[in-house]
Amino acid sequence: MGQITLKGVRKAFGDVEVIPPLDLEINDGEFVVFVGPSGCGKSTLLRLIAGLEDVSGGEIEINGQPSAELPPAKRGLAMVFQSYALYPHMSVRKNIAFPLKMAKLDQAAAKEKVDNAARILNLTDYLDRRPGQLSGGQRQRVAIGRAIVREPAAFLFDEPLSNLDAALRVNMRLEISELHQKLKTTMVYVTHDQVEAMTMADKIVVLQAGRIEQVGSPLELYRTPRNKFVAGFIGSPKMNFIEGDEAAKYGADSIGIRPEHIEVSTTEGAWKGTVGVSEHLGSDTFLHVDTEYGLINVRGGGEIGLHAGDTVFLTPDLSQLHKFDAQGQAI
Amino acid sequence: MARKISNRRRVIMSVIAWALAFVIFFPILWTIILSFKTEGNAIKAPWDVLTSSWTFDSYHVVQERSNYFRHFMNSVVISFGSTLLALVIAIPSAWAMAFVPGKRTKDVLMWMLSTKMMPAVGVLVPIYLMFRDWGLLDTRTGLVIVLCLMNLPIVIWMLFTYFKEIPKDILEAARMDGATLGGEILYVLTPMAVPGIASTLLLNVILAWNEAFWTLNLTAAKAAPLTAFIAAYSSPEGLFYAKLSAASTLAIAPILILGWFSQKQLVRGLTFGAVK
Repeated sequence: MGQITLKGVRKAFGDVEVIPPLDLEINDGEFVVFVGPSGCGKSTLLRLIAGLEDVSGGEIEINGQPSAELPPAKRGLAMVFQSYALYPHMSVRKNIAFPLKMAKLDQAAAKEKVDNAARILNLTDYLDRRPGQLSGGQRQRVAIGRAIVREPAAFLFDEPLSNLDAALRVNMRLEISELHQKLKTTMVYVTHDQVEAMTMADKIVVLQAGRIEQVGSPLELYRTPRNKFVAGFIGSPKMNFIEGDEAAKYGADSIGIRPEHIEVSTTEGAWKGTVGVSEHLGSDTFLHVDTEYGLINVRGGGEIGLHAGDTVFLTPDLSQLHKFDAQGQAI
Repeated sequence: MARKISNRRRVIMSVIAWALAFVIFFPILWTIILSFKTEGNAIKAPWDVLTSSWTFDSYHVVQERSNYFRHFMNSVVISFGSTLLALVIAIPSAWAMAFVPGKRTKDVLMWMLSTKMMPAVGVLVPIYLMFRDWGLLDTRTGLVIVLCLMNLPIVIWMLFTYFKEIPKDILEAARMDGATLGGEILYVLTPMAVPGIASTLLLNVILAWNEAFWTLNLTAAKAAPLTAFIAAYSSPEGLFYAKLSAASTLAIAPILILGWFSQKQLVRGLTFGAVK
């Protein structure tokens, strides 16, 4: 069981309130991703759940038990840190066994659990090495192993992949998703990378300045963002926003259209513009088009033969148009 | 590309370095040489000293007149005792200042360092009177306490700088893994800081070993360490260069040997944190 409920949880450092009171429900077995720009309070929120920071107000319930006053180890949660936070003076085996040693588990049972975790994570051949002798990906797996053996109510991941190179990140992303399917344990994952959020999450929590902007499944956030911030943050390349008279035509203060929902033509269309930079990725082409409404990014097919300086006409797919009022809320 | 250094320059720099090292080492070398001469030969002109005959006489006399071994044991007990006591106090304090600093932590650190700037003689009378009243004069316990207190600021500072280098995440991971505060310090912090703790220990043993002000003023016979042993031979009644040298050689030999074998650790300790 791994049900986590936040009720009016608040955090202030001195006079600075980094997290205004917020409520959040994390269901058992869910993969929840906290996403937001740097400094939005997502890591602080995770640390509050972990117990590494004390709440300034509100209640954290884990499986229905009030836990805001419990020390980290008593909450039944395991955490994987961005820096791996392995014990450099211990072998991989001892690193993974450390929580079991602290729990005073007998050696035979501990060995079985460590071997089991090592098998799941392909670490069996490295058990006698020190963390310093491992690659980044292996170290991250050791950190995950140390979390697994505790059989926690939930795993907390604090930007676990940001120290890895791009290729490894994609692999580890898959491995963590597979692990979630295998263990079916609640996972709370913090990242600033919206691609990680979209690909891994059952539920995404978008944060800005300590406030929850929207909670929903990846596709819900993509299709029906509640406000301009979520609309701009979720999706890559970013949504285009147009304000002024053109937006007023659609009865909104500003309108948003995703690059993949714009049709490009060289002969006719709604908005006329000139291609600035065109990025040919093979599968896709990203066009940066200068129009009278500002720069508009367009995602087209890989075979588009347009280049810098070409005149183009853009037509938005009206069924995919997002409208926002003066406060940036979706209409 | 690394800077090119010409051979000539390298030779000149080496000669200068060796010459400087020799000048610095010369007083110790001369002390050792004098300790193997008779009193008569020891006060001759330098060249005559070198060419005169060698003898162990001074060592025999020194050993007969005073008990070297007792002084040696006192030095060992006082220097290691005070350092170990200081470590027991300093490890938790440095932990607190490095990992849960408060608003005034920096001020506390500066204040501790400032006590080292005060001349020791300024507190000699009050400490002497306290020691007299508490029956600590001329006891090893008394010296262990006073040298521990004298070196505590340095021990805390050194450990503080080491602990600062240890990532906070690792201690938090230990906390998540169920370690108590004691377990966190014992199983994670201390093993990771072993190089730092070792060099702190070494440096402070050396400082305590060489400490002469308090050891001379607070001891008479029973608890007198090697510093008092040397001082006993600088008598106003006559010149005993050879015996004084023999006593000095015996006193510095143990710490010189310790320093020699641990120099790598010491240098690392003193420059730790300077280069990441």
